[in-house]
Amino acid sequence: MNIETTGHGPLIIVAVMALVTLATRWGGVFIMSFVPIGYRVQLFISAMSGSVLVALLTPLAVAGDNGARLALLSTAVVMLLVKKPLPAIAAGIVAAALVRAF
Amino acid sequence: MLSIEKGAARLQRDDVLAGFKKLLPISVFVVIFGVAFGLAAVQTGLDEVSILSMSTLVFAGASQFAVLKLWGTQVPLVPLMVTVFAVNARHLLMGATLYPWLRELPRAKRYGVMLVVSDANWAMAMQAFARGEAGLGLVLGGGLALWSTWILGTWLGLYFGSAIRDPVSLGLDMVMGCFLLAMVIGGQKNLRILVIWCVAAASSLLAYWYLPENSHVVVGALAGGILGAFWVEKKIEH
Repeated sequence: MNIETTGHGPLIIVAVMALVTLATRWGGVFIMSFVPIGYRVQLFISAMSGSVLVALLTPLAVAGDNGARLALLSTAVVMLLVKKPLPAIAAGIVAAALVRAF
Repeated sequence: MLSIEKGAARLQRDDVLAGFKKLLPISVFVVIFGVAFGLAAVQTGLDEVSILSMSTLVFAGASQFAVLKLWGTQVPLVPLMVTVFAVNARHLLMGATLYPWLRELPRAKRYGVMLVVSDANWAMAMQAFARGEAGLGLVLGGGLALWSTWILGTWLGLYFGSAIRDPVSLGLDMVMGCFLLAMVIGGQKNLRILVIWCVAAASSLLAYWYLPENSHVVVGALAGGILGAFWVEKKIEH
């Protein structure tokens, strides 16, 4: 089935996107309301929360250009040294901009 | 080990306002992504009402950019739903990780807070929870900051999109990645967590290369979570 991108079509597409996205925002909470939060579930949740970001960032670094790689590396190093997010993020952006400028 | 401190599930007006202010700096960059999206959407041929209503009602940048790639004279319904679901499936995991705190709220507030959950405000909230602080104000207030600047940016992109023609050469595409990485590194670190992260990273990469598109975040996160569930932390003796 296809939706035309003329007339009301685009708004139907937006509505479909909004509903699917809302289902992802609400679904996790809804499912968890049936799961008793025991010790193992708490371990699962806390291990998963860092893993979400790691899983999001790894392909960005591996499949990205050298600018992306050096940006992430600079952020990691500065964050480990200074332990403040803003200088770490700034270092990352400058690194990406410099690599891409030369 | 996550422990639910008393009061960490607090959600007062002050918490929401503080969360809004805390996410404002990163929201400045969200304006720029919004401009980039607005411009890309105009160039793809979407009308202004559709573009603005998309940013307002969907509020999930990566999936919005992904849909632009599907856009033609027609958009196939099933690939549309599958793409949006796959790119946004990490919201399911975020909701699950927030649940121990959200369950302290009445149902309407619980689902209301989730309306604006996004990578940046969720990551900041999880960091606050790890320190035993209140975090739901960061999700809601921060989410409102990200949401309003996303809409503002999209709107600006309709008219002034060409002003930032090349955000990539300025490194601006890396802002969110670097922000999220800073959140990861700022969190608790020990050998167990590092091994969990390595497993998450490796699974994510394998999924990125060999599994269907956009499955890598969920695969990596679940792999890390499952390892964490079966690798019980040593109790710290006092």
